[in-house]
Amino acid sequence: MQLTGAQMVCEVLLREGVDTVFGIPGGAILPLYQTMPEYPKLRHILVRHEQGASMGADGYYRSSGRVGVCMATSGPGATNLVTGLACAYMDSSAVVAITGQVARAAIGKDAFQEIDITGVTLPITKHNYLVMHAADIPRVLREAFHLASTGRPGPILVDIPKDVFTEVAEFVYPETIEMPGFKPTLEGHPTQIKKAARLINEAKRPVIMAGHGVTLSRAFDELRELAEKAQIPVITTLLGISTFPESHILSVGMPGMHGVAYASLALDRADVVISLGARFDDRVTGRVSTFIPNAKIIHIDIDPAVIGQNVFTHVPIVGDVKRVLHMLNREVKKATHPEWLEEIEQLRRDHPSLRLRDKPKLTQQFIIKQLSDITKGKAIIVTGVGQHQMWAAQHYTFTEPNSFITSGGLGAMGFEVPAAMGAKVANPDKMVWSICGDGGFQMTMCDLATIVENKINVKFIVMENGFLGMVRQWQHIFYKDTFYATMYSANPDFVKLAEAFGLHAQRVTDKAQVAAAIQEAIDYDGPALISCIVDPEENVYPMIPPGESVKELMEEPVPAQEAAWSR
Amino acid sequence: MVAVKNSHTLVALVQDKPGVLNRVASMFRRRGFNISSLAVGHSEQEDLSRMTFVVEGDDGTVEQVIKQLYKLVDIVRVSDLSTEAVVYRELAMVRVRATSQTRSEIMQLVDIFRANIIDVSADSLIIEVTGDEDKIDSLQELLKGFGLMEVMRTGRVAMLRGAASRQEVARRGAETTRANKPQDYEQIL
Repeated sequence: MQLTGAQMVCEVLLREGVDTVFGIPGGAILPLYQTMPEYPKLRHILVRHEQGASMGADGYYRSSGRVGVCMATSGPGATNLVTGLACAYMDSSAVVAITGQVARAAIGKDAFQEIDITGVTLPITKHNYLVMHAADIPRVLREAFHLASTGRPGPILVDIPKDVFTEVAEFVYPETIEMPGFKPTLEGHPTQIKKAARLINEAKRPVIMAGHGVTLSRAFDELRELAEKAQIPVITTLLGISTFPESHILSVGMPGMHGVAYASLALDRADVVISLGARFDDRVTGRVSTFIPNAKIIHIDIDPAVIGQNVFTHVPIVGDVKRVLHMLNREVKKATHPEWLEEIEQLRRDHPSLRLRDKPKLTQQFIIKQLSDITKGKAIIVTGVGQHQMWAAQHYTFTEPNSFITSGGLGAMGFEVPAAMGAKVANPDKMVWSICGDGGFQMTMCDLATIVENKINVKFIVMENGFLGMVRQWQHIFYKDTFYATMYSANPDFVKLAEAFGLHAQRVTDKAQVAAAIQEAIDYDGPALISCIVDPEENVYPMIPPGESVKELMEEPVPAQEAAWSR
Repeated sequence: MVAVKNSHTLVALVQDKPGVLNRVASMFRRRGFNISSLAVGHSEQEDLSRMTFVVEGDDGTVEQVIKQLYKLVDIVRVSDLSTEAVVYRELAMVRVRATSQTRSEIMQLVDIFRANIIDVSADSLIIEVTGDEDKIDSLQELLKGFGLMEVMRTGRVAMLRGAASRQEVARRGAETTRANKPQDYEQIL
């Protein structure tokens, strides 16, 4: 079959099961867009900024496990994808980006809209390609989808020059993929698994630390089986949130910088830590030299390079978390740890990190708690980065697997709008709430137009505190209250703004209005936004200062009056 | 555990594709690894090249280097040859100032080092020398007195002694890496 390069791209996308692509056309990729109407099964969502395309594809993948696809033209189109690709790279998200490139003869000549995007994205993609012959497109795209979604997932960029899209060649879809340099280890080594089981069976104070790998390998049932069989409390990292139902008695919550004190303390006191698809990020460990000093670490991860990268590992197991747990669970004996669980309960009582104080002003914590109650912990929650993200992690009680989507590794503000869009496109039957900071929201709010245009029913809560709240918090705690360049003194009227885009919009200024506003947004059949005027002086607690240990953990300061009452 | 800094010789079999050197070099740079030499050339297989790195760092660092190399899709195999019976060679070309008075003295040195003179001009010589780094270093040191004009060194290439097949190299390389490590990484390599 003789096809053009552009037709080959569409053919392969369909064969890979792609139904949606996010993108914006432009000069170099126009031949592909000319061909796309021939493939009506491919839904193209025209975003307003390419970052929305890459982050939309990321949200699509994270919420569904199906590879997200984005497209952009050469030069500025491609460079606008970069933050979203970096985000996908840091959080192991399977995204395939297809970019147009200037014609082959113009490459290297500083042509109009020419950027060496494979060079630019080298350190933030799992792999990338510049395709110089149309005949290579089927193989390259097949490899791209395979690479993106196999092993530790990650973004792949495929750069295709304009005249390669129009070049005609024989379409040969490769039946097999030959990549001698890419053979991820999926099965755990049996000896190592036996060693791990022995450690777990002998443990007196075991803790599971579940990370993103549990979600990526869909090991929710296996995790639960391990926890219940050996009665091991489960700590979830930021990206591990929603891998284990938070309503479960063995759920302990998030450790680390803004984690709950009892989770960090439980880690600190554990004798065996079973890390499942987590990478001991500095936000979890704090000062590495004093991190979990007494524990033997069993580190299960599909990426050998994260094992031993940050902490010393006693039993490394390379493999897919689901498969390793499947084997491990057979070796682990039934056990109970009543004293250990009681000790953690005591820690919970002594350090009630998430107790909501009765405050007169409207706080983000209160709104998130209300949202959690009204949606019964079953919505897909997408957040940006900063205070609202930490409060969402803390105060929303996640009960459904894979329902928390957030930019963890890169910490990219602005993720909340396009990622929620992608998540809703992938899950039309689920309720998707995007919790936004007023800072991040303004970085990507242009895609509200995309959301309305494509009837993507996302509900937004914009936490309007008029500050870059987390930065303000750091200025308060570490920079002597130097509140410089963190205040948004001229925020737009978000209600009018949302209405101008065509969303249903409400403003909430008082605690009493919150529940009704959330309900109204849910009842409205279409995208809706609630702008919440919240207390700008609230800080996220607990907090372990960067590079410190759990001993330096700061709980929320108790106001003098309240302290006097409790005396 | 005391971190002992030393140099490791790694040999990587890589796919001969455009940009592969860039990918490797970029990884070394962004992860802050220190390479003291790098040599690349074709291997006995058509579409594969072999790279020899000399990496400075403790065992933990070198272990990370190997794992990060493996993450690059174009890298097929990495072996750590540091503690094996290995033959090392490096080639250097040295342009040294030579007058009619000093030429014969330089030629004597060249003989002693079993080096070759590959170009002669009125006031200089180009010397080609092959050997391990120490040998080249000492010849270079001796030639300093005559006036070094230009030095070009290829970086180390290394190969296992004996009739080791490629598979053998890989196997022994893996064993070496394992033996060097405090932990059991057998399933990785």
